[in-house]
Amino acid sequence: MIFRRTDLPLDRDAVSRFLPWLVAFMVYLSMLSLAGTMLLSDLAGHWKQGASGSLTVQMAPTEDAKEDTRRTRAVLSILRATHGVIRAEAMDHVQILALLEPWLGPGESVSNLPLPLLIEVKVSPKVPLNLEHLTQRIGVAAPGATIDDHGIWLERLVRLVRTVEALAIGILMLIAFVTVLTVVFATRTGLAIHHEVIEVLHLIGAQDSYIARQFAGHALGLGLRGGFIGLVLASLTMIAISVLREQVTGLRLPDISLSPVQWAAVAALPLVVAVIAMVSARMTVTRSLARML
Amino acid sequence: MIIDDTDCVVRFENVGLRYGLGAEVVQDITFTLNPGSFHFLVGPSGAGKSTLLKLMYLALKPSRGLITLFDRDIATTPRNDLPGLRRRVGVVFQEFRLLKHLSAFDNVALPLRVARIREDEVRKHVEELLSWVGLKDHMHARPPTMSGGQQQRVAIARAVIARPRLILADEPTGNVDDAMALRLLHLFEELNKLGSTIVIATHNESLVKRLGHPILKLERGHLEIIEGLPSGIGLPAWDMA
Repeated sequence: MIFRRTDLPLDRDAVSRFLPWLVAFMVYLSMLSLAGTMLLSDLAGHWKQGASGSLTVQMAPTEDAKEDTRRTRAVLSILRATHGVIRAEAMDHVQILALLEPWLGPGESVSNLPLPLLIEVKVSPKVPLNLEHLTQRIGVAAPGATIDDHGIWLERLVRLVRTVEALAIGILMLIAFVTVLTVVFATRTGLAIHHEVIEVLHLIGAQDSYIARQFAGHALGLGLRGGFIGLVLASLTMIAISVLREQVTGLRLPDISLSPVQWAAVAALPLVVAVIAMVSARMTVTRSLARML
Repeated sequence: MIIDDTDCVVRFENVGLRYGLGAEVVQDITFTLNPGSFHFLVGPSGAGKSTLLKLMYLALKPSRGLITLFDRDIATTPRNDLPGLRRRVGVVFQEFRLLKHLSAFDNVALPLRVARIREDEVRKHVEELLSWVGLKDHMHARPPTMSGGQQQRVAIARAVIARPRLILADEPTGNVDDAMALRLLHLFEELNKLGSTIVIATHNESLVKRLGHPILKLERGHLEIIEGLPSGIGLPAWDMA
């Protein structure tokens, strides 16, 4: 509840002018941090989902096209006979070129390069595959063939995402801590400035909670004001990033838009920060007043 | 009419107070204020009148001795119960201590709002009392724009608005003319008749003589109680200091 009528002239303090901007800055940083983490987590989830349950068999091309076809068929027949393999298809030249296009671009020069022979394999996630044994069998049919199960890549990706998530959580906690410190400092300043008024209120018979409520209501108001500014600025930033992403064509950039639930979580941050400010102010005042007679 | 079921409103027993390591400002103070009593507190400047009042309205803790307020020992009363005791005490501070950013109306309304009285009741009582002390046209004025006398009347109105059982006033008529001083003292007497216990610290000899109430006389930190003045005997020259 925001106190409309206050006995303390808290609105006139210099602190009341800078605190909303400080809160706005905190909310801005925390919103971007949270949104970034959620997007990265989503992205990693998509990649992981796409990569798990799939294998890629890669073979170096030979001078003889017939030999390449024979080796490809031999490997395909081994794969298709393996328990747990759902589908195995050799990628044609056009598909391989399409994969390389985002990095090397279209053109004649790319198609003249010696491209590897690739077989895309879908496997059942429920059936464990003995990759070592499978590699040995394929190696007999096509010497030099390798199987990439994306494990190392996935492991590194997950590690990266977890690190960034931990970093973002750390940043959020740091922001919350700094917000609390700022509000505590501002509240203590307010207590010192209005010491006379507080003493009069005490002598008139005001409970500590009566005074603390006024400080808490004031901090909540400032927090909400700052939070709203931060929300607007962060939303504009995210929209701008989204628009810029739309303008970049050619590269296969992932979708970086938040879901409605994620938007709700990010939009709740200003409220959370305002409540943190309110609780911090109330606790600071209550503890300080407890030292008075 | 205030019905007070306490045996004594204020009781001091061998109370002493010193600030830091200095000498005691008040020493061995012993007295009792019964419900419905009216006392003047007199003494030269620096005798400790304001200190004694501060001890009574719980702005200071004694260095030694026993103080009870409405039969409760303040040394053992939990801190959370002190606001309740303070609400039963109305104080007119010497420097008024009005809240400068609030209007006269809001200053007077403070004790009622602190006690969570309904806003329509607050409005009714505050307007009535401000009219009575002659400040009907200054309800929305802020203290810095008011004269000393007007501020004093606001301070008195704030002290008595909640009909406290004990009213402590530090020089409540120091800034008003004789007619207003008499009018304000009649207000205190009316409240006394309704059951409030009154202590007025004053230098105004004629006022003390005219009303003839018992006197608490402080001199060099020691208290003497004079139960009314025998006719023809003048007051000690405490105000000459």
